[in-house]
Amino acid sequence: MAIPIVYNLRSMKVRWLTALAAVLGIAGTVGVFVAMLALAHGFRATLVNSGSPENVLIRRAGSSAELDGSVDLDQVNALANEPGVAHNAAGKPLVSPEAVMIAGFNLRESHTNANVQVRGVSPIVLEVRPNIRIVEGRFFEPGLAELVIGKNVTSTYEDLELGKTIAFGGQTWKVVGVFDAGGSSFDSEVWADSRVLNQVYKRPENLSQSVTVRLNSVDSFNQFKDAVTADPKLTVQVDHEVEYYARQSKVLTTLITVLGGLVAFIMGIGAVIGALNTMYAMVSERGREIATMRAIGFPRMSIVVSFVFEALVIAFIGGLIGCLCVLKLNGYTTGTMNMQTFSHMAFAFQVTPILLGVGLIFALLMGVLGGVPPAMRAANRPVATALREL
Amino acid sequence: MKYAHLIFANLRRKKLRTVLTVGSFAVALFLFGFLAVIHKAFSGNLDVVGVDRLMVINKVSIIQPLPTSYKAQIERIPGVKLVTAQTWFGGIYQDPKNFFPSFAIDPETQRQVFPELTVPDDQWNKFVGDREGAIVGSKTAKRFGWKIGDRVPIQAPIYGGTWDFNIDGIYDNPKDGIDLTQFWLQAKYLEERKTFGKGQIGWYTVSLSDPDSAPRVIKAIDTQFANSPFETKSETLAAMTASWVKQAGNVEFLIMAIGGIVFFTLLLVTGNTMALSVRERMGELAVMKAVGFSDRFVLFIVLAESLTVALIGGLIGIALAKLMTLGGDPTGGILFSFVLPISAVVLGILAALGIGMLAGIIPATNAMRLRVVDALRRA
Amino acid sequence: MVRVDGKGSSDSLIKIRGLDKQYKRGGENIDVLQGLNLDVDRGDFVAFMGPSGSGKTTLLNLLGGLDVPTRGSITVAGDEVTHMSSGKLTQWRARHVGFIFQMYNLIPVLDAFQNVELPLLLTKLSKADRKKHVETALGVVGLSERMHHYPRQLSGGQEQRVAIARAIIADPTYLLCDEPTGDLDRKSADEVLQLLHRLCTEYNKTILMVTHDPMAAEKAQATLHLNKGVLVEASAVHAGGVA
Repeated sequence: MAIPIVYNLRSMKVRWLTALAAVLGIAGTVGVFVAMLALAHGFRATLVNSGSPENVLIRRAGSSAELDGSVDLDQVNALANEPGVAHNAAGKPLVSPEAVMIAGFNLRESHTNANVQVRGVSPIVLEVRPNIRIVEGRFFEPGLAELVIGKNVTSTYEDLELGKTIAFGGQTWKVVGVFDAGGSSFDSEVWADSRVLNQVYKRPENLSQSVTVRLNSVDSFNQFKDAVTADPKLTVQVDHEVEYYARQSKVLTTLITVLGGLVAFIMGIGAVIGALNTMYAMVSERGREIATMRAIGFPRMSIVVSFVFEALVIAFIGGLIGCLCVLKLNGYTTGTMNMQTFSHMAFAFQVTPILLGVGLIFALLMGVLGGVPPAMRAANRPVATALREL
Repeated sequence: MKYAHLIFANLRRKKLRTVLTVGSFAVALFLFGFLAVIHKAFSGNLDVVGVDRLMVINKVSIIQPLPTSYKAQIERIPGVKLVTAQTWFGGIYQDPKNFFPSFAIDPETQRQVFPELTVPDDQWNKFVGDREGAIVGSKTAKRFGWKIGDRVPIQAPIYGGTWDFNIDGIYDNPKDGIDLTQFWLQAKYLEERKTFGKGQIGWYTVSLSDPDSAPRVIKAIDTQFANSPFETKSETLAAMTASWVKQAGNVEFLIMAIGGIVFFTLLLVTGNTMALSVRERMGELAVMKAVGFSDRFVLFIVLAESLTVALIGGLIGIALAKLMTLGGDPTGGILFSFVLPISAVVLGILAALGIGMLAGIIPATNAMRLRVVDALRRA
Repeated sequence: MVRVDGKGSSDSLIKIRGLDKQYKRGGENIDVLQGLNLDVDRGDFVAFMGPSGSGKTTLLNLLGGLDVPTRGSITVAGDEVTHMSSGKLTQWRARHVGFIFQMYNLIPVLDAFQNVELPLLLTKLSKADRKKHVETALGVVGLSERMHHYPRQLSGGQEQRVAIARAIIADPTYLLCDEPTGDLDRKSADEVLQLLHRLCTEYNKTILMVTHDPMAAEKAQATLHLNKGVLVEASAVHAGGVA
């Protein structure tokens, strides 16, 4: 024999202020909780997308980051001839030597200077990294001081927009295209012709910091690596591109995960305490009603179920509101500085359906944890005492 | 205060409720403390770094070098007290993820330009005479368990190879917000051993005789080297740190947002609880008024209960946050600092009291306005 | 000497003349009390009876300064209370009136001692002095051994006796009791009434009691009935056949 739902709904309507307070409380907690998860997720997604499984990153042996490596033209040519290297339709090896620098541009938000990764590339880069496409404008013309920028660049920095010119390194450049790098760290980069870049920065024309090689398939890796290691002309280290980027952001990932996780955990505890308090209060006020129902003959279980149901409704609505609010954050770009690469990296809050689901489950969990103990207490109080209480 | 027992008695009325409410405050204030710690970690040492020092870097980018010859030229500019050069070494100890900043420094001028990074004289003197000597900040030394006299191998990805250094001294400063993570080596050793970039250093730090002359000196330095192959960009150390901090992203906003939501939620829950607690007691409050306690008294006693709960919970939360900082940085040294500033403690307590006040004000006012006649008629 | 005709002497302890009280209920004006008169002397024990809704509690509230009349005057020990400000009225109440209600009397989180002590917190007495007074009062009501018991540990009758102790502790001018035995079983009711009777006869306390209970009324010296907004004497009512 179950207590009619109508009782719960009417009770909530009558005490709407209390119910509202409880709903907002849960909404706030769920919102922050999901936001933290979305932040960490968006960041990790950026990393994951920053590499292809078929790509290999070559750097000078002993260097720790792209910035401090150096690979000369001879080594690049030797690499192009190793087994396992993929070729394009024209038979050209998919080998992209890249020169990486840091340049300072002003952040749009704070108008202060931030370090941006400027990558010197050649046109073959688009074939080596097929997940990157030009979405506006065009690729730069080799030999000219032209730039193509990642899709996050315009919104993050001042003065870097399609069609505009900008000066750095003592040279004036024109932004001729925007590329989409699928939500990876490349979306925060500025690309130029590596020869032009080297010239501007007064470095040997054909020097590159790293070389990205596209292999025929994922399985070619070992073959390629062995051949490279055995070659006496090459003093380089070979990494899976995906792994490299993951490692480069390990510090930052740790930071965000640990801190974000702690915040979420603490909020969770606070939320359960708040939920308990609210539910106990709700039960306390209805002592006489509960006793009446029991006097009428409703079994204890039905009381418990009835109150837990109310708690879940409140928790669910709160969770829904919280999730809806966080949804607005989806795609909101923020950025931070990666100490390991020395450059600013933009990434977006990523609110996925899974995260929303987690948020709702979290809310329901709070509803249960906060609702069961008070409900059980309500159901177990001796009827006579409760009736006498006013 | 002779009414104290009334306040505490009322709080004991529903023990679980009081415990939960105190718990809510404790959690909220703990989170507040935690956020304050993170905020401080990301703010760096903004308040410590002065406006009496400038940083002169290569205009193109901080990683581009400047010639050593610039030092003498900068010294000649009026208003410049001392100039010291530093070069990024980029050393790694064992694992790239054990990040710490390492520079080659100029022993003749380093201590004078950075007086806050204090080294005992005997250690310093040993360092000056030791080609392969190194001075380490206390935080990094502690992190890797280095002691004075140790010989440590440092990998140098930029310059190649593994370089061994003798830990000749440790610098320290008990004040909050000072960077205690740096590793210093001899500039002349780097110059000797490196195979490229000879005659170049990373950047200069200039101490001024008069902080107000900063804009003038900045202009003078940058004009001096304009249109040369190595153009400079000069900024006060404070401004430079500020923009580095800004690069760390919108942490500020995120923290404020979280903090705001947490306190708002706390307010709702506590307000609700207080309101209920007063509603339950209408009869008693009526009797107290009948006995002769004034309306205002009833207002105060309800507010006092709310404030007491807030204060106790708040103190517990802040204390726990402080305790947490004593346990050390949970990210293993990535954060610049992990301390709870006194200002945060004070602010936190005030916030707790503020919420207690806000949560209690409406129920307290209702209690004040309660007409004995109406309350008793409810029977 | 208790009179209801408005012709009492000027040195009555409590003097009510031409008391009117109107309520608005559902848009209509209801005249609860109309031209009520009352004189009560020190040491009188008066019971007020009447059907539900006749205004007994209203009268009591007015007598206790918890409410203000629409018209008329109430004078207690020479003080005209009808025109006092709310603040002054509160102070006056603390000094002159002892209340005993049907329920809510005791604060459940305080023990008997602390409950009785409450009114004294409003005075400037030292802690030691307060203790003495409380012990005396609890002695008078016969509950000295239960000084540190909480209300939930006391029977209904004992609770009311503690309430009475609290009511008399500040030595008020008179006691107002609103259905003091309404919630009690017969035995407890008797305990309470015995005590009130003693307070009147032994300690010369002035007691005004509203009640439904005829046995309670018997303990009083005089019984007045509230009828059509005015007080009439019991005999007059009996003549009219009201039980």
